Amino acid sequence: MDILDYLVAAPEITLLGLICVVLIADLFIDDENRVRTFWLSMLALVVMLVVLDSTGPVARTVIFSGSYVSDGLSHILKLSAVIFVGIAFLYSRDYLRANEIHRGEFYLLGLIGLLGMMIMMSANSLLTMYLGLETLALSLYALVAIDRNNVTSAESAMKYFILGAIASGCLLYGISWIYGVTGSLQFHEIAAAIGSDPSLNDLPLWFGLAFLIVGIGFKFGAVPFHMWLPDVYQGARTPVTLYIASAPKLAALALFLRILVDGLGNLHETWAPMIMVIAVLSLLVGNFVAIAQTNIKRMLGYSAIAHVGFILLALFCGTEQGNAAALFYTLTYVVAAAGAFGMVILLSRRGYDAENLSDFKGLNARSPWFALMMMFLMFSMAGVPPFVGFFAKLNVISAVVDSGYTGLAVLMVLASVVGAYYYLRVIWYMYFEEAEDKAVLQANRDTRLVLSLNSVAVLALGIVPGWLLALCIQILG
Amino acid sequence: MEFSAHLLSILIWLPILGGAALVAIGDGNDAGSSRARLMRMAALGISVLTFLLSIGLYAGFDNTATGMQFNEQIPWVASLNVFYALGVDGISAPLILLTTFITPLVVIASWDTIKSRPAQYFAAFLILEGLMIGVFSALDALLFYVFWEAMLIPMFLIIGVWGGARRVYATLKFFLYTFLGSVLMLVAFIYLYGQTGGFDLFGFMAAPLSLTAQKLIFVAFLIAFAVKVPMWPVHTWLPDAHVEAPTGGSVILAAIMLKMGGYGFIRLSLPIVPDGSEYFAGMMIALSLIAVVYIGFVALMQKDMKKLIAYSSIAHMGFVTLGFFILWSFDGGTGAGLGITGGMVQMISHGLISGAMFLCVGVLYDRVHSREIADYGGVANTMPVFAAFMVLFAMANAGLPGTSGFVGEFMVIIASFKANFWFAFLAATTLILGAAYTLWMIKRVIYGEVANDNVAALKDLNGREFLVLAILAVSVLIVGLWPAPLVDMMNVTIEKLIEQVGQTKL
Repeated sequence: MDILDYLVAAPEITLLGLICVVLIADLFIDDENRVRTFWLSMLALVVMLVVLDSTGPVARTVIFSGSYVSDGLSHILKLSAVIFVGIAFLYSRDYLRANEIHRGEFYLLGLIGLLGMMIMMSANSLLTMYLGLETLALSLYALVAIDRNNVTSAESAMKYFILGAIASGCLLYGISWIYGVTGSLQFHEIAAAIGSDPSLNDLPLWFGLAFLIVGIGFKFGAVPFHMWLPDVYQGARTPVTLYIASAPKLAALALFLRILVDGLGNLHETWAPMIMVIAVLSLLVGNFVAIAQTNIKRMLGYSAIAHVGFILLALFCGTEQGNAAALFYTLTYVVAAAGAFGMVILLSRRGYDAENLSDFKGLNARSPWFALMMMFLMFSMAGVPPFVGFFAKLNVISAVVDSGYTGLAVLMVLASVVGAYYYLRVIWYMYFEEAEDKAVLQANRDTRLVLSLNSVAVLALGIVPGWLLALCIQILG
Repeated sequence: MEFSAHLLSILIWLPILGGAALVAIGDGNDAGSSRARLMRMAALGISVLTFLLSIGLYAGFDNTATGMQFNEQIPWVASLNVFYALGVDGISAPLILLTTFITPLVVIASWDTIKSRPAQYFAAFLILEGLMIGVFSALDALLFYVFWEAMLIPMFLIIGVWGGARRVYATLKFFLYTFLGSVLMLVAFIYLYGQTGGFDLFGFMAAPLSLTAQKLIFVAFLIAFAVKVPMWPVHTWLPDAHVEAPTGGSVILAAIMLKMGGYGFIRLSLPIVPDGSEYFAGMMIALSLIAVVYIGFVALMQKDMKKLIAYSSIAHMGFVTLGFFILWSFDGGTGAGLGITGGMVQMISHGLISGAMFLCVGVLYDRVHSREIADYGGVANTMPVFAAFMVLFAMANAGLPGTSGFVGEFMVIIASFKANFWFAFLAATTLILGAAYTLWMIKRVIYGEVANDNVAALKDLNGREFLVLAILAVSVLIVGLWPAPLVDMMNVTIEKLIEQVGQTKL
């Protein structure tokens, strides 16, 4: 092994070191000064940005005996993950402090989760992938339960843990079958083995594949493996929901692209129909059930399921165009999701979670600016131009039509119309109704600024989407 | 950098950026404050400036040119081959002028009738204006679609925030109906993108397409445009939206947004899928005639003035689609050009007349807070000047010769006579029905004895209202008496369109 190999993995190694520093420093910080842990964590994230910026993007490099890969995809995903974890920390700080759950563990678990995500993004073998996945999953279980005296949080954490453990089990079982058939854990070797010996492409491999798809479907929260998602979104404290709803979606995309495209791309004909069924179900269930929700976190949870349907339909195409569309969609969806949960946090205050849709009533009277920002986010999620959500959907539909599934494209746009209704309802409450809650919004200036930038970004990216799209195509082309 | 080379961009972005500035500055939700007054002045200034600039479009327009004018083209999304491509011809230029002409009138008409959040209200209209001009000038299908959909957002808010009692229902219905209609058009665009490798409208027009593909694309376009026009039987959102919208919203909706549908047929459906259009022409004619006759009867029965005018709009827009789709019903001769020209003139004229009618109802509503015909009677006794205007616009709505309403309808009826006697027979019933529902309303509202105390207490038009109605009255008469400049502007483009539609793409 070459010592230079470690340089390629510098982001993960640095992050691990920084986590240890934050962990130890947090021991010496008392509760009143907990905000220092926050600043320390933010500093760690800034260091991560610098490290990532100086190590990449490089040409595709595989190290650690083929277990770890660094390429354009891992680079952009990691950069985005670091940024979104930072945004989640920033939006959460005041809320945690006001609700007396401002513990160092929140930031530590957040950073450890980030480490898990980064490992997933750079995984080049099934085992590395599994390690990253478990690192992320365990931090998330603990994060959901961070308010240990809260019954719903504890319940949803338990639910998440049990279902997550089953999904991990399925994934591991699938991995064992793939390993048994192809004799390797590394994606490029698996691909080569199937490519050189078509007789491998048979029932045992498909059996393993089906279990892998169960695991992947669970991580995405795709129907019918979505049962945990609405409960966790609703039950977790809002900052934790924000965390789960943003960066881990990027890791789930990496999970899919690495395993099913890098490793089992030759089996596209076998997995595509399964993905299509899952995706269409997600699209329909997500959009229709979201209409019935009165809790905005739960509604955004179902909306996330619908968005996952779109992402999976892009991946279903199996073309470079489709993969690029999925990357673009995921990146831009995460921007909107982070903003939307940020707004929920903004409306909350000490002892009061603004988690009902009706809490948004009359927001235009309370704060015209943030009502406008929320409107941007909702229209973007609904896919209305000129917001970026439109271009995300356009790319996916375009990829689906190019693959010859025009009927599927029609279904997708019709599902978007159904989806538009519940996003419009938020705008209706904000603009057309009188406020029930007239309290003044409390938030620090830095949160307001970042939340505004976050929301304006969905408009700005919608007006100039070209560069990001070109980047996605270049990475996956 | 030449002024005229960027005129269209200026016309689009000046109101949009102006509106954005209005939103950003805000008015502190106090309609009486000096800041709110400043916002109103700013809105008026921006809309008038846009109108003045658009005169440059008229002045610089070459009636003899066959191609697009005032072209602009820069790459927008390179990886999808999307361009920010703008240009106008004889079809779109008059509609842009209509847009820039109506918007300042709406701003003046809403001057002090909007009590809550005037800055947001005026900003919504300015942004809407820019987006509508964008729809009329976009030459790239995706750009067209972005403007087309984005337009829904300000209108959604205008109806929802400043509308009447059932505004939420009306605005959601409006949004979802039109959104549903449009998304299939997007799929059609993406399919055409797959065939041609770009979103250029001229590329779409040149692409050979099988009859099956053409039929499907036509249907996708039809759903989008028929909802917008609106054609029977997808018209039901319009009466709701019109009744609940504030006066300004109704005016813009009737005067300009409905024209989007007609514009879509003539700009996209006919040239891109000529054979598909020919295949469905019979159905389109039937739907148009149903709109003219059946909706005419429906209008007759309305008790609410705004609803009556809304139904009359649907009937009048039936003429537009009739004029466009009788294109294939001739054995030869000049009927085709007459039908399309008639449809276009009808769109402009209806923009002026329906806008004016809604403003008239708005004038009454501001005073009495009722739109019910039964709540009025004998208004002429207390508001003679207003009554004169309203009778003039009602006559124009009924198609009286000398007003703009006559020109378009007459052209379409003549063209349908050349095509088929029965088309003309049914279309001509509008001369009776239109007169019946409009004049019966006038009789009940304007004439007779003073009906109640509310009417007795009415004050005649103030200077602001007089100005708006007078400008509209003059323009209705100008288009009615001397339509030549308008028709000359369109002629060459329409000839070219007919030639283009005549060539099969199979």
